[in-house]
Amino acid sequence: MIDLHGYGPSIFGGAILTIEVALLSLLLALILGLLGALAKLSSNKLLKLIATLYTTIIRGVPDLVLMLLIFFGGQMMMNEVSDWLYETYDWDVFININEFVAGVITIGFIFGAYMAETFRGAFQSVDHGQIEAGHAYGMSRWHIFRRIMFPQMMRHALPGLSNNWMVLLKTTALVSVIGLADMVRLASEAAKAVHEPFTFLLPVAGVYLALTAISEWFLKRLEIKFNAGVLTGSAA
Amino acid sequence: MLEAFLALFADNDIFNPPTLLHYWDGLVTTVQLVFLALLIGLIIALPLGIMRASDNPWISRPIWLYTYAFRGTPLLVQLYLIYYGTAQISGIQESFLWEILADAFYPCLIAFVLNTAAYTTEIIRGAIKATPRGEIEAAKAYGMSWFLRLRRIVLPSAMRRGLPAYSNEVIFMLHASSIASVVTIVDLTGAARDIYARYYAPFDAFIFVACIYLCLTFVLIFTFRKLENKLMAHLRPLS
Amino acid sequence: MKKLTMTLACVLAFSSASLFAKDWEMVRIAVDVPYEPFEYKAPDGSLTGFEIDLGNAVCADIGVKCEWTIQAWDGIIPGLLARKYDAIMSSMSITEERAKKVLFSEGYYNTPSGWFGKKGAGIDVSDKASLKGKKVGVQRGTLQDNYVSDNLGDVVEIKRYTTADDQVLDLKGGRLDLVFVDFPVGEQTILKDENYEAVGDLVKLGDGVGVAFRKRDKDLAEKFNASLKKLKENGTYKKIMDKYFKYDIMI
Repeated sequence: MIDLHGYGPSIFGGAILTIEVALLSLLLALILGLLGALAKLSSNKLLKLIATLYTTIIRGVPDLVLMLLIFFGGQMMMNEVSDWLYETYDWDVFININEFVAGVITIGFIFGAYMAETFRGAFQSVDHGQIEAGHAYGMSRWHIFRRIMFPQMMRHALPGLSNNWMVLLKTTALVSVIGLADMVRLASEAAKAVHEPFTFLLPVAGVYLALTAISEWFLKRLEIKFNAGVLTGSAA
Repeated sequence: MLEAFLALFADNDIFNPPTLLHYWDGLVTTVQLVFLALLIGLIIALPLGIMRASDNPWISRPIWLYTYAFRGTPLLVQLYLIYYGTAQISGIQESFLWEILADAFYPCLIAFVLNTAAYTTEIIRGAIKATPRGEIEAAKAYGMSWFLRLRRIVLPSAMRRGLPAYSNEVIFMLHASSIASVVTIVDLTGAARDIYARYYAPFDAFIFVACIYLCLTFVLIFTFRKLENKLMAHLRPLS
Repeated sequence: MKKLTMTLACVLAFSSASLFAKDWEMVRIAVDVPYEPFEYKAPDGSLTGFEIDLGNAVCADIGVKCEWTIQAWDGIIPGLLARKYDAIMSSMSITEERAKKVLFSEGYYNTPSGWFGKKGAGIDVSDKASLKGKKVGVQRGTLQDNYVSDNLGDVVEIKRYTTADDQVLDLKGGRLDLVFVDFPVGEQTILKDENYEAVGDLVKLGDGVGVAFRKRDKDLAEKFNASLKKLKENGTYKKIMDKYFKYDIMI
């Protein structure tokens, strides 16, 4: 067995934190992605412009730069807001952008942009005639979304979503740079302390591989579920 | 106009000549790092991609293992392993290799090359696998050897098919290169971190580099679109 | 867009408003560890060091409770402004650039900075030309960083580190020729290894180290100033200093 010099439990805690960051940012990314896709497809020009700017800018800038900007810049902005509130209204409130919040917001924000593109493509691939049929049945817009659009959209979106999730999972490693004690940070600190980089970093790489493998298995099941009822002729 | 511009420079202490020079050096480092990583990565990925597309599992499986490991773990972990790991190999500091590895630039380049080569290998494999069966059969019927088929038929069309995916990989590499700043390399991001630490002005420091990255990304997208239009011209409908 | 802001607001963690700002019962002080012997972790994990002892003495003197928070150097000023803590006692030199963001107490110590390198490397730090191409490690955004950047930036290759111990690691790992750091820190971390030595003369930088506060907390800064003055006069300061240093660092 590998000797982790007593750092084992804390690195395990870091692994849990990594998963937490990944899942929370996935949630944020899905919400932002759906909103972004709906805005891009809407007839409102302003919404369209905002969504296009969002996806273009976010996808053009490195994740680490955005993370540093949100972590350091976001905090300064909050400080100014809170100072202003204190001086004008004598309110003493402040919002703390710690490493965790900055990490989740940044990753959620970045992948929201990628998700928006995935969802947009998926929405567009739903046959328009089916939506018209829904209208003809007197379904409300929400009903059409829930019963017709969403289930079919998911089928088309799933490969893209899976891909985004895999990339997102690995992006969480960046939170270690802004100081969050995730698995990568704890392992690299331990590695530096005892001068054994391989002992600590290889298991961490192994955990990422395991998470990838588990995700692949799970997403495969999900794909089967959403593809139920679709005939894929092998002869086609 | 020029006066207003000069006044802007005189007024702030962040965008003065030394810091702009620092950003410029960072830009040069980023471009060097990304360009070299992509070039070497592509050279390595080409034979690996061909092997990965092979029907013989003894050839394709080991390559799969390599790409799976490098695509399944964060680049940051790979970088740490190579940067700190190489310093710990016993005897390495006395060997000639240390001349190269002592500088942070090369461990970082190695990590980037191995990473991008793994992704590129899979892109090449996908493109080769998608070669229409008929084309290969026709080539065989002409009596072309395996190598000739590869060179004349498979690779030229695979290159075209792989181009859109590869252009994404290039942009990913540009963005991923920002983590070089973690191991003391002053790339664009490193320059921004230095300037932030000196003036405590996150918006000036980071938004400025964000804009530079954005411009670089647009230049890449534009170039690849031109290239795609040129290479895919035969697929365009006649108007 | 409104939805978007609301979602964001939900994700943001609202930290409770600190209302004890008026009559200080507890003062939260941030340090960046390890920075031996100023602040570091004892083997049992507890914080110790010159500034920790001095800070505790000040708090005892003005009758407040001290709570120490560990914060990485590059986020230490933003964290203060964000009210994650109320003061910084982390060997922060008083500089013009920092004074724009925070309120400094009077200086409470000053130590020179020193060069450290491998024994017998024969580097002459006073000869600028001979330093050409040498790799020098500094901690990013410190006075030492500014000094090397301004005076030697054109000849040496500067490697900037987020923490002080990363540069020691790279010096010992053979990636750096020299490290320029607060002398007592180098003395504690680098000179313990007998293969390394201090190189050249010590360099006096800056106007000393001060406690940093938010600009609005003038009352707290005044309390600290008065207390520091008292501790220097009644010998408490000297007693703490003698525990960690063989020489005088008081200003």
